[in-house]
Amino acid sequence: MSVSTASDPPASDPRASDPKAAAAEARYAEATQLQLTWWRFRRHKLAVVSLFVIALFYGIAIFADFLAASDPHATDARRSFIPPQGIHLFDENGFNPHVYGLRGVRNPRTFQLSYSPDPARKLPVRLFTRGYTYNLLGLIETDIHLFGIEGGRPGEGIFLLGTDQLGRDLYSRMMVATRVSLSIGLAGVTLSLFLGVLLGGISGLYGGWVDLLIQRLIELLRSVPTIPLWMGLAAALPRTWSVIEVYFAITIIISLIGWTDLARVVRGRFLALREEDFVVAAELSGASQGRIIFRHMLPSFASHVIAATSLALPAMIISETSLSFLGLGLRPPAVSWGILLQDAQNIQVLAGAPWLLSAAVPVTLVILAFNFLGDGLRDAADPYG
Amino acid sequence: MVIYLLRRLGLALLTCVFISVLTFIIIRLPPGDFVDAYIANLAASGSSVSVEQAQAMRQEYGFDRPVVVQYAFWIGRVLQGDFGVSMMWRRPVTEVIGDRLWLTMVVSVAALFLTWMIALPIGIYSAMRQYSFGDYLFTTLGFIGLAIPNFLLALILMYLGFRYLGLNVGGLFSAEYVQAPWSWARVWDLAKHLPLPAAVLAMAGTAQLIRIMRANLLDELRKPYVITARAKGLTERRAILKYPVRAALNPFASSLAYLFPYLVSGSIIVSLVLGLPTVGPLLLQALVAQDMFLAGTIVLLLGIMTVIGTLISDLLLMWIDPRIRLEGR
Repeated sequence: MSVSTASDPPASDPRASDPKAAAAEARYAEATQLQLTWWRFRRHKLAVVSLFVIALFYGIAIFADFLAASDPHATDARRSFIPPQGIHLFDENGFNPHVYGLRGVRNPRTFQLSYSPDPARKLPVRLFTRGYTYNLLGLIETDIHLFGIEGGRPGEGIFLLGTDQLGRDLYSRMMVATRVSLSIGLAGVTLSLFLGVLLGGISGLYGGWVDLLIQRLIELLRSVPTIPLWMGLAAALPRTWSVIEVYFAITIIISLIGWTDLARVVRGRFLALREEDFVVAAELSGASQGRIIFRHMLPSFASHVIAATSLALPAMIISETSLSFLGLGLRPPAVSWGILLQDAQNIQVLAGAPWLLSAAVPVTLVILAFNFLGDGLRDAADPYG
Repeated sequence: MVIYLLRRLGLALLTCVFISVLTFIIIRLPPGDFVDAYIANLAASGSSVSVEQAQAMRQEYGFDRPVVVQYAFWIGRVLQGDFGVSMMWRRPVTEVIGDRLWLTMVVSVAALFLTWMIALPIGIYSAMRQYSFGDYLFTTLGFIGLAIPNFLLALILMYLGFRYLGLNVGGLFSAEYVQAPWSWARVWDLAKHLPLPAAVLAMAGTAQLIRIMRANLLDELRKPYVITARAKGLTERRAILKYPVRAALNPFASSLAYLFPYLVSGSIIVSLVLGLPTVGPLLLQALVAQDMFLAGTIVLLLGIMTVIGTLISDLLLMWIDPRIRLEGR
């Protein structure tokens, strides 16, 4: 147990006469566990920043279609491999955000079409423009997008991150991919959480041979190399399955391995708490087992489970990205970060169009943020420690 | 000690059985059986198989029996070293895999050694100079190492190598050695190509191990015996390297058990990006073409390789930790 000044008895504290310190101490003593956890969490600056980053990404996931500038599935052979375009904020008339139109030039030697900006043609960028139709939050049908260009010819558009081989806007695809990749991570972790809490709980609560059996199962699962196993299972999914069916199958496959860590945490907490005085006291007062678990034990280890969950999420996201990258995960027309990176697999293509790698940025950012968040939560999970 | 050893051996055997069952399930998952696929494959290339021949093949592989018997058939053949025939290559699976399994092993083990070589000194440094600039620097680098999936790192390195050095940084051999028989020159060529894939693979594991080493050593450094050692006038170097570091070494040995499967796993996908001649690309091809005997064999062999790794880790632990060695005496 660490000794913090605020928890010292006032008599031994030389600053006890100081009303400020006394007030702080009273605040500390009266705070609920949730408040204490929050105060402790706030001290981990990186974790707080990460929380905002993750909230931002989930915001993107929810409003993906609104943020997309053009239809992420619309192909156009005339605009393949357009480099990223910058937005110019000012022109000779003052503030007038615009992008330049593009001029296709065929390389006389290789006959490859490459694009260069055409300063003579200005396409004004405006907020809340009309584009393709989608359902906002799955409810409201609309065609308003956050931004876009006004009055362009067909095929013209704004390509903040360039286009892929089929002429699809990478920025818009990235927005939609964020939704798929983040939701599959969340769904996978929910499923592993369920398995982990159930099996870990049974293991820690009953002990004996059930515990032994589950522990051996966890050890077995952990000693098997996961990627070959996933690949084998994923490759067996029938080709005829729809996008949604594959999505759920992949979620199940990645969570089949991911639950072991969570089960370990839950089991460990159960074993530790079973011996605690307050649990014994509850038992002796005749509380039912259900009441002991949900009223007394659960609140004291829920925070640990939350921390373990946020540390398990990045692994889920990496799994999905890896599988889709290999072509064994989600299949087009589904768009996920892994599928976007699949286009970057060929080094020749990548050398000509390095912007195809841009999906690496959100992958890295989200994984980093979840790691920091999990770290902060783990520290905060035990506010009395 | 004997009991500990026997328990570990038993567990390793159990894991092997478990992996073989999983592999069998993977082989059996696609609709239709191997003979159907084989016939379809032959038909596609113009030749045909009579009904009797197909029936004979089914009998040979036991496909007309219940699943449990089929499993027994298959595992019996595997134990005799017969892994079946690869449909794609029309050759025995063992021939197709050839050197690739050993190269997978070489890359994974190289990555493991690199992990240890980097994590040990940095872990010690970070614990001794806790909260120093270097400590923060390595912690930050470690987090970034954890956050970049290794195949992405491989892609980025490939791109940079191609763009700025104009060379292909992938592969395990120079062009003239790809097909050459084994010789010292070829081994040396392999050694020269090894650092890049090994470093890419080692990234995440190193970051993790540094954190564990740092935490463990910090715990040890606070113990009274370190103060005693210092009070007795041992040099700082000796006071730290001789006792606390040795006590904190345990996670290194046990890292073999959990890092090794992870590295083998990672080598599959990194091999694909970097074009390494390991089992990785072969496994992907086999899975896409539903060449299930080949795919199943690779999964099985990789699994058994990691089981052996785990077993070695247990032996190592026994060697460096007397608490385990003297257990039950």
